[in-house]
Amino acid sequence: MSGHAPEIPVFPRLLTQPLRLLPLQPMAAALTLVARRLIQRHPSLIARLGGHAAARFAIDPTDLPLTLLLYPHPTHTRIELHRGVPESDARIAGPLAALLGLVHGAYDGDALFFSRDLVIAGDTSAALALRNAIDDAELDLGGEIAVLAGPFRPVLLPLIEAAQRITGVALTRADALPGGEEGLA
Amino acid sequence: MMELVCPAGTPAALRAAVEAGAHAVYCGFADETNARNFPGLNFSRAELAEGAAFAHRQGAKVLVAINTFPQAGRQALWHRAVADAAAAGADAVILADLGLVAHAAEAHPGLRRHLSVQAAAANPDVINFYAETFGVRRVVLPRVLSVAEIAAINREIDAESEVFVFGGLCVMAEGRCALSSYATGLSPNMNGVCSPPSHVVYAEEGAALAARLGGFTIQRSAKGAPAPYPTLCKGCFTSAGTTGHVFEDPASLDASELIPALAGAGVTALKIEGRQRSRAYVKEVVKSFRAAVEAVATGRPVPAGQLARLSEGQAATTGAYAKTWR
Repeated sequence: MSGHAPEIPVFPRLLTQPLRLLPLQPMAAALTLVARRLIQRHPSLIARLGGHAAARFAIDPTDLPLTLLLYPHPTHTRIELHRGVPESDARIAGPLAALLGLVHGAYDGDALFFSRDLVIAGDTSAALALRNAIDDAELDLGGEIAVLAGPFRPVLLPLIEAAQRITGVALTRADALPGGEEGLA
Repeated sequence: MMELVCPAGTPAALRAAVEAGAHAVYCGFADETNARNFPGLNFSRAELAEGAAFAHRQGAKVLVAINTFPQAGRQALWHRAVADAAAAGADAVILADLGLVAHAAEAHPGLRRHLSVQAAAANPDVINFYAETFGVRRVVLPRVLSVAEIAAINREIDAESEVFVFGGLCVMAEGRCALSSYATGLSPNMNGVCSPPSHVVYAEEGAALAARLGGFTIQRSAKGAPAPYPTLCKGCFTSAGTTGHVFEDPASLDASELIPALAGAGVTALKIEGRQRSRAYVKEVVKSFRAAVEAVATGRPVPAGQLARLSEGQAATTGAYAKTWR
């Protein structure tokens, strides 16, 4: 665990370039499904946004040719994918590994910001509310995606674990309890 | 062993702190009664009760900071916060306002009272006044005292003392600073927000990053240089042809090496700042300081710190504890 630039892996272009060719709509639909499931299981995510619950958040992984535009909602959260940087109320940008590390409790947001690995633009208050809400929710994206995979879960879990081990990117919750509901072990 | 008092901006951070070895955590409600009233942070009443139950099961205490100054005509909000903290199982409340301390002593005599750093109580006379008049059991000392001054205070007071050892640093007399009010109309003392994010704007200016507070440019960081949060006291300004940090460098406090000296000065508890930081930060810092206080308790040297990368400006200082001039 750390918050320092040299330790944040950057996705190789060889892996990210194919994303330029993939259709945005199906990927956005899948991400929307994951986001709705997360919010259903962690309603405090919306509660902690407070007055910023209607804000549009651009999540911009700077090493991917895509930007996510998040419309939070208690039941109808929506995610759009854009090739460029869409108009938003708040934008959080950084390497995908840094953004995933924030979600999974592997990195500290302030430390990433102080080191310039993370960039905030637009409504700072909304961006901080989202960051704090996500940190409190103790999310596990790898675990959530594996659950959605249904019968393929036993196959997917070791793959996610292996990818995490090889790339050094936090694909699951850093402090998940072994054998826990959201953990992979 | 010295007591380690650790920050909890959220229930997840509370659990992380307790699991990492905090003897006590401090937290606050999500409103103006709390000097860390930032978006997405803090506790509802139900979350506090759950957090206190969790901490107590692990043998840790929960201290609730109600450390802003009640506004005229709105005292009920602060009174209700004290009552709700007591009902949720808080082990103590951390208060700054004289009237609120008096109210807590009268209405909740069984609830332990600590004096917040926001009260800026920095001499034995004022600390003894709080202790004798309102039964205040512990004072959080302002971050403007040297170790020798802390030792002198402890020799003369009838209360425990708690000092900050890590995290963000205030250079001003806390509870009396009006810099944020001047720039934004909102202050840590009345609204619980120093440099409120609602008034913070970051703007890319060529290769540089400008950080503005209430329209004032506080810092312009060159490409790749560390970027601080724009607080006026740590801003980089041009004055009389010279550009620099007029009030204070954007460095964080790290007094880990001074723990033995602070123990010798009679300090009871060590406080880590950072309720606005993530659970990852809390876990790492608390683990490091728990190892340090255990080492000091058994006469071993303090382990070398690994925390600089988590600091604001990625630089650390021993603050006023070991004063030097430049």
